[in-house]
Amino acid sequence: MLAFILRRLFQSIIVLLIVGFVAFSMFTFVGDPIDNMLGQERTQADIARLREQLGLDQPFFVQYWNFLGNAIQGNFGISYRQGRPVSEILLERAPATLELAAVSAFFAMLLGISLGVFTAIRRNGMASNVIMTLSLIGVSLPTFLIGILLIYVFSVELNWLPSFGRGAVVDLGWWTTGFLTTSGLQALILPAITLGLYQMTLIMRLVRSEMLEVLRQEYIRFARARGLRERAVNFRHALKNTLVPVITVTGLQLGAIIAFAIITETVFQWPGVGLLFINAIQFVDIPVMAAYLMLISVMFVSINLIVDLLYFAIDPRLRVGKGRGH
Amino acid sequence: MTEGADRHTDATAEKPTPRGRFGRAWDSDFAWKFRHSPVAIVAALVMTVIVLAAIFAPLIAPYDPFDPGSLNLMNGFTPPGEPNAFTGDAFLMGTDDQGRDVFSTILHGLRISLFVGAAAVLFAMVLGVTLGLVAGYTGGWVDTIIMRIADIQLTFPSILVAMLIFGIAKGVTPVEYRDQMAIWVLIFAIGLSDWVQFARVVRGAAMVQAGREYVAAARLIGRSGPSIMLRHILPNVLSPVLVIATISLALAIIAEATLSFLGVGAPPTQPSLGTLIRVGQGFLFSGEWWILFFPAVTLLALALSVNLLGDWLRDALNPRLK
Amino acid sequence: MKLTRQVLMATTALGLMAGAASAETLRWARSGDALTLDPHAQNEGPTHTMNHQIYEPLLLRDTEGELEGALATDWQVSEEDPNVWIFTLREGVTFHGGETFDAEDVIFSIERAQSPDSDMKELLTSITEVRAGEGNTVEFVTDGPNPILPANLTNLFIMDKGWAEENGAVEVQDVEGGEQTFAASNTNGTGPYQLVSREADVRTVLEQFPDYWGMDEFPMAIDRIEFTPIQNEATRVAALLSGEVDFAQDLPVQDLERVAGSEGLQVITAPQNRTIFFGLNVGADDLENDDVEGENPLANRQVRQAMNMAINRDAIQQVVMRGQSEPTGIIIPPFVNGWTEELDTPPEGDMEAAMQLMEEAGYPDGFSIQLDCPNDRYINDEAICQAVVGMLSQAGITVNLDSKPKAQHFPLIANSTTDFFLLGWGVPTFDSEYVFNFLVHTKGDELGSWNATGYSNPELDAQITALSSMTDLEERDAAIAEIWEEVQSETLYLPVHNQVLNWGLTDGIQTEVQPEDQPKVKYFETSSS
Repeated sequence: MLAFILRRLFQSIIVLLIVGFVAFSMFTFVGDPIDNMLGQERTQADIARLREQLGLDQPFFVQYWNFLGNAIQGNFGISYRQGRPVSEILLERAPATLELAAVSAFFAMLLGISLGVFTAIRRNGMASNVIMTLSLIGVSLPTFLIGILLIYVFSVELNWLPSFGRGAVVDLGWWTTGFLTTSGLQALILPAITLGLYQMTLIMRLVRSEMLEVLRQEYIRFARARGLRERAVNFRHALKNTLVPVITVTGLQLGAIIAFAIITETVFQWPGVGLLFINAIQFVDIPVMAAYLMLISVMFVSINLIVDLLYFAIDPRLRVGKGRGH
Repeated sequence: MTEGADRHTDATAEKPTPRGRFGRAWDSDFAWKFRHSPVAIVAALVMTVIVLAAIFAPLIAPYDPFDPGSLNLMNGFTPPGEPNAFTGDAFLMGTDDQGRDVFSTILHGLRISLFVGAAAVLFAMVLGVTLGLVAGYTGGWVDTIIMRIADIQLTFPSILVAMLIFGIAKGVTPVEYRDQMAIWVLIFAIGLSDWVQFARVVRGAAMVQAGREYVAAARLIGRSGPSIMLRHILPNVLSPVLVIATISLALAIIAEATLSFLGVGAPPTQPSLGTLIRVGQGFLFSGEWWILFFPAVTLLALALSVNLLGDWLRDALNPRLK
Repeated sequence: MKLTRQVLMATTALGLMAGAASAETLRWARSGDALTLDPHAQNEGPTHTMNHQIYEPLLLRDTEGELEGALATDWQVSEEDPNVWIFTLREGVTFHGGETFDAEDVIFSIERAQSPDSDMKELLTSITEVRAGEGNTVEFVTDGPNPILPANLTNLFIMDKGWAEENGAVEVQDVEGGEQTFAASNTNGTGPYQLVSREADVRTVLEQFPDYWGMDEFPMAIDRIEFTPIQNEATRVAALLSGEVDFAQDLPVQDLERVAGSEGLQVITAPQNRTIFFGLNVGADDLENDDVEGENPLANRQVRQAMNMAINRDAIQQVVMRGQSEPTGIIIPPFVNGWTEELDTPPEGDMEAAMQLMEEAGYPDGFSIQLDCPNDRYINDEAICQAVVGMLSQAGITVNLDSKPKAQHFPLIANSTTDFFLLGWGVPTFDSEYVFNFLVHTKGDELGSWNATGYSNPELDAQITALSSMTDLEERDAAIAEIWEEVQSETLYLPVHNQVLNWGLTDGIQTEVQPEDQPKVKYFETSSS
C-alpha cells in the first residue's frame, strides 16, 4: 500500500512538471504582454527595456526554470495586469469559484439523483421519457447561450434575479462568502443553474442506468420475493448501491465544473478564478495563467489520486474506467 | 462476413426474396427496438434531414455566404421574409450583420460544424481505442504511461487545450492556410480532449478480455498481439465505443460553439454554427432575433437528435437491459 | 489654442447646485477595471478615469474636451524665458488625509512620473526641471519652447509628497519588481471622491470627500460611487436594462435603441477622440503574405487610392455602426489641431474608378493580401474588417481576414510584421504633432514607434521634428498643414471613421459625454432625489 502511494505521488509530480512545461511553452503563442503594459506613447526603446526587465528576452528554458524555482517556494510572481502577487489574487478569487462550484455540484447531485431514481423506477412511463428528453435540451446548447438566455428571461424581462456579480458578500477575513446575504444567495441562482445543468444531466443518466442494472440483480429480486415493500427495495438496497459510482463521477466532475466555470463566470461577471484566467489571457498575464493552470492541475491530480486510492482500498482488482470524465 | 458472399450469389443467381438481407435486418432485434421507439425514429429522421441539408448545402443554399464579394453590406439586418429597406431584397430567414443570407449561412455553417464534430470524434475514437487496447492488453509500464498521459489530458479541460493549441497553430501555420487551419485545429483540439473516455472504457474491457481463456488460446496458436487486439478484443468493446462516439459527437459540436464564444472558433468569414450563435447572441436584446434564433434552433435540433439517438443506442445495445 | 483659461465652470455650476441634496449612489459599469490606483503606473483610459475621481491633475479636460484648471488656476509661458511654463496653484486645497497641497507636491509628483518605472514619462520628456516659483507657483523648465506642454499634463495626477514618503510609495509601482507598492491599492488625492474599498476587477466604492475644494463649484450631486466592471457585452446591457446599474459605458451599438427606448433610461452620445483606419505596408520591397511575386502592390500609390475609394464608409456607418460613427477622410478627429473640413472629406466611394485605378496600376486582375484585424479592441472591429474584405473583393482584391485578440494584434504593429492592418488612434494632446510623431515619422528608437507602414521620408521627418520647438503658433499650424498635405497625398492610411461614444444612464442623471471617454462624476447632476 505504501509503495503504491509513493509511486502514485511520484507519478503525480511528474505529471505536474509536464503540465507546467506544456502550459508554459504555450504562452509564447497567446500574445505579447508588452503592448498591454505600456501606454500608447511607448517607444521602441521602452519595449526593449520592459522585455528585458520581465525576462522575456531570455531563452524559454531559463524562463521555465525560473518559474519552477519560484513556484516551488510558493511564489508565482507578480501579475502583469494588476501588479499584485499572483498567490494573493488567487486566494482572493478562489472563494467565489469554490462557492459557485459547490452550489452547482450540490444542485446537480440533488436533482440528478432524484430524477435519476424516478426515471429508473418508472422506466417506461410518460413522465420519465419527458424528463429524459428535456434534460437533453440542457446539454444540447452551449453553456454561454444558456447563461445569456437565463439572464434575458430572469433579469431583463422578469426582473427577478441579478444578472451579474456575487451580490453582497461577507468577509470572514480569510474567506468571502455570499451565503450569508439575501443578495448573495440570489446572485448564485442563475450561474449555479448554468454551470450545473450539464452535470445534472450526466448524474441523472448515470443514476438511472446504475439503478436499472442493480434492480435486475439477484439480491434485489430476492428482496422483492421476500416481500419487502417496493419503496424499501428501491431506496434501501438499489439506490445505496448506485451511490459509489455516482460519487466517484461527481468527484471527477468537480474539476470539470471548475474548468467550465470559465464560461459561466465570464457570462455572469462572477469574480472567480475563471474570470481571472480569461482576463489574464486577454492581457497575456503570464504569471496568472501559469499559476491558474498549475492550480487546476494540482486539483485534478489530487482528485485522481484520491479516487485511485479509494479504489485501491475498496477493490484490490483496481477497477478503473467507470468514471467518464469530460 | 459470409453474409456478403451469400448476397452476392443471391443477387446474380436469382431475384432476392422478400426475406433477403434487408428483411432479415428489419426483423432483427435491433431494428425491432428501433421501430418501436418513436423517439428514436423522430431523432433519426431529424438527423438525416440535417445531415442531408449539410451535404447538399451548395445546391440548396440560394447564396454563397463564403464569397465576400457577393455580399451587399446594405442588406444587413433584413428581417425574415421582409424586403430590405434600401435594396428591396428579401430573405427567407433574414440576413445577419454583414448582409449574409441567414438560411444559406446556416447550411454552410452546418457543414463545418458537422465535419468538425465527426472528424474530431473519429480522431478521438481512433486515438482512444488504440491507446486503450494497448494499455489494457499490454499492462505494465506501458499501461502506466498511457494512463498517466490520460491524467495529464484530463488535467487540461477541453476548452483550455483548444485555446492553447489554437494559439500555437496560429503561430506556426503559413497565412495561406490559416482559414482552413482553424477547422483542423478545432478537430485536433476537440478530439484530443475527448480520447481519454474512449481509452478508459476500452482499457477496462481489454483488461478483462486479456485474462480470458480464448485470448490465451489465440496466443498459444501464435497470433500476434495486434491481431489478437483487433480480432478478438475490439469486437467485444464496440458497443460502448459506439455509444460514447454518438454522445461525443453532440458534445464536440457544442464544444465548437463554446470555443467560438472564447474567440477560438471558425473564422467569421467562414462561420460554423457555433460562430453564428456567438455573433447572433449579440443581437438578442436589440430585436434582431433571427440572427440568433435560426442557428440556435438548428444546433439544438442537431445536438438533441444525436443525443437522443445515443441514448437509445445505449439502451438498445446494452445486453444487460434486454 | 487657449493658453490661459480661467475656470469658467464656477458660475454655471453654482446655479444648479440647489436641487440635489439627499444621498445619491451611482452604480457604474464599464467593460474593464482600472489596472491600478497608482496614478503614474499605467497610461490607460479606464485607469485614468478611476483616478480622475480620486486624484487631480494641474489641469484637465472638461465635458467638452476643453482645458480647465484643476489644481492650477492659471498657466502661461514665462515672459522672460520661452522655455519656462508658470503654473499658479490653487489655494486652500487639502488631500483626503488632511495634508495641505503645495508646490512641493507638484514637484514630487512630476519627478515621480518621470522616473523609469512610470508609464507617463513619455509625455514629460521635454521637461528638464520642475521648481517652485515666486508666490504660489511652480515653474516647468523645458528643453526648448514647448507650446503644447499643458495638454500633456491632463492625466498627470498630483500626490502628496509626505504621504508617499511615509508609506513607501515614492517609487512608481513596478510590475517586475516583486513588491506591490502601497499606492497601487491605497490613495490620497485631492479629488472629489475618496476611496472606501476596492477589490480589483470586482468592485470599487468611492465616497464624496467633504473637504473638496470644488464642493460649491461643481454639481457634486453623487455622494457615493459603486464601480463594477462587466466584461460581457450582453450582461452589461442586461444590468442596465434590469436597473442593476445606473450608468454604463461601452454599450454595443446595436443595443442603444433598446436602452434609449426603455423606461427610465437614456443614451447620450458624443464624438470620441479616436479614429479607426487601415494601415498599409508601403515600405517593403515585397509583401510577406500576398500573391504578387517580387513586388509590393501596396507600394503603388494608385493601388492605395483604389483601395481608399473602394471602401464604402457610409455603408459601414449605417449598417455596421448603426449610425454611431462619423465617416472621415483623415486619421485625426475634428478636436485635433490641424484638422480641417477639407482634409476630413473622404473620397467618393466609387467602385468603377477604383477598378480603373487598379488597371492603371498594372493589377487589372487584382491581387490577394492578408488583413490583420483585432477582435476585442475597437467598436465592432471585426465586423468593420469583414465588411471591408467584401468591398475590396469587389474591386478585385482578395483579402484573407485574420482577426485575433489585441494581445496578438498589436505586436504585429510594434514589430512591423503586418502588410495591412486595422488601428485606432486617439490624440490625448489634441494636436497633430502627436500623430506625426507616432504614425508618420520614420520608425526609430524614439519616434515612429507605431508607424508600421514602413514609410520613411527624411524630409518629412525633419519637418515633424521641427514642430516641437516652434513657438509661433501660426507658423506651426502652417507647418502642420503642409505635413498633412503630404501624408494625405501618399494615402499611407485608409481612414474609416471617428468613433462615437455612448453612455447609457438612468433618466435621473444629467451629464454630457466627455470626448476622451473619461466621465468625471463631479460634473454629474441629478434631477430626482
